[in-house]
Amino acid sequence: MLDGAAGEAVRFALSVVVSVAEALDAPDLISIEQAHIDACALMAPSNLDFVERLAEVGGRVLVPTTLSMVSLDLEHWEALGVPEAFSEPARRIADAYRKVGCVPAWTCAPYQGYLTPRYGQQIAWGESNAVAYANSVLGARTNRYPDYLDLCAAITGRVPNTGLHRAAHRRATVRIDAGKTRPEAWGSPAAWAAFGAWVGDRVGDRVPWIEGLGGARPSNDALKAFGAAAASFGAVFLFHLEGITPEACTQGSGVRPEWTAEIVQVRDSDLSASWDTMSAKATTAAVDAVILGCPHFSYGEFEELVGCIARRGDPRMHGNVRGLVFASAPMVELARRGGLLEPLQRFGWTLVRDTCPFHSPVVRGDARTVVTNSGKCAYYAPSELGADVRFGDLDACVEAAVTGRMERRESPW
Amino acid sequence: MTSLSSRPLVHGEAVGSVLLSQRALSLWGGIDPETGRIVDPRHDRCGETVSGRIFALPAEKGSSTGSAILLELARTGRAPAAIIVREPAVAIAVGAIVAGELYGRRIPVFCVDESGFAVLEDGETIRITEAGKIERTRGEP
Repeated sequence: MLDGAAGEAVRFALSVVVSVAEALDAPDLISIEQAHIDACALMAPSNLDFVERLAEVGGRVLVPTTLSMVSLDLEHWEALGVPEAFSEPARRIADAYRKVGCVPAWTCAPYQGYLTPRYGQQIAWGESNAVAYANSVLGARTNRYPDYLDLCAAITGRVPNTGLHRAAHRRATVRIDAGKTRPEAWGSPAAWAAFGAWVGDRVGDRVPWIEGLGGARPSNDALKAFGAAAASFGAVFLFHLEGITPEACTQGSGVRPEWTAEIVQVRDSDLSASWDTMSAKATTAAVDAVILGCPHFSYGEFEELVGCIARRGDPRMHGNVRGLVFASAPMVELARRGGLLEPLQRFGWTLVRDTCPFHSPVVRGDARTVVTNSGKCAYYAPSELGADVRFGDLDACVEAAVTGRMERRESPW
Repeated sequence: MTSLSSRPLVHGEAVGSVLLSQRALSLWGGIDPETGRIVDPRHDRCGETVSGRIFALPAEKGSSTGSAILLELARTGRAPAAIIVREPAVAIAVGAIVAGELYGRRIPVFCVDESGFAVLEDGETIRITEAGKIERTRGEP
């Protein structure tokens, strides 16, 4: 196939997969059963060159493959003020990925949508938060696939047999004992985001085993917030929460750390500091934008947001604030069916479908101070948006949207 | 002249001055693809430009979009002359390989061990051979 007998697209894709396998010293290639592609968000002209080249020479994915967000809301970009010059290449990129056979899911939270991977399944996923979730919460097996290797893997159905595809590498290498933290704090997804940020910062690219969480039962959204923060602040693409995530609940999965592994105690003061770090740079209480849905909002988060607004007596968005909620179009449709959109639109939230605050120009330019409940957004907003961040839970985000101000928030610890 | 050995992750040869960093970097959010400048305020070399340099960093981290940043730097001719890492860096390797396939501008990437990385000096001119031999004009006596 490397000689081009199976076509130029397969030759191109396989030569990338094989070169990477050599760079990583992989013993062989293995088959995958699905893929998720992150490279469809327009970054630059080279991104378009890449997929158009593969589409032109007849590239076609071999396994079911979903797409991460594109760089604009494909149906509402004009209303959102996205310039034509930006939208044209973005629409071409979306077309090219559809042409090679990808499913236009356009979400960074594919695990809350179509084609959820199964326990033990070998997959090739891009998008760091999705990788952390697929490995840790679903128990599927994937490395963090960089842009371009994801499509090359989908076209060939093969990946280098390295890293988290192999059982031995899924074993925890560091223990984190949370037994001394206040258990009441574990209810809020924002608390899990602050914990994820601390874990990422502390363990880097090791696989943490986290114990001492008592009876904490984090929601899927809390685990999403945790993984997204841990993958941004560190390079955590697999974590085990004792009694919560599947490999840490399964006898004989072999992921418990050896008794010699380093043990790190996490205390309330560490988590409080992590929470504060995310707002550390903000100098003014005036708020320009509130960003929710990083990663993409789920149905449950839509419900919670509607609840926060209702509890405040149905107020309106402050005139100086732009409030943005990012979600996939199918999830927005689900929220509409549940009667959740009407109260959000009445409040003044702008719903942005299929894209991301960092890849799309909907936030850029008009935001100096951004409020968010997302650890991932808090990490990237300073460099990607040039904005300072104030971090708080969902209710604090709603309060900031109403008042146009946010003072430093107390952490839940 | 002294030399170090390295393992080529992406084959090629290079000559250039070393831009040495001590912190892992996410290329996405970490390097501006239009200028080649390091923009992550948490990174120890924030403000420096990687273009034409031999960029030495311990590891990559963060988002999986690093390869796209590297490919765009290759497209506009602002790529580093080579990259040296202390551990295999897959996003960097993919960007470097696809730059070769798509634009005929493969970026050589080499992996050195901890002791090799420790002797590299910021600003020194080095030459790296296809086989991964790093030739230094200064360094230890």
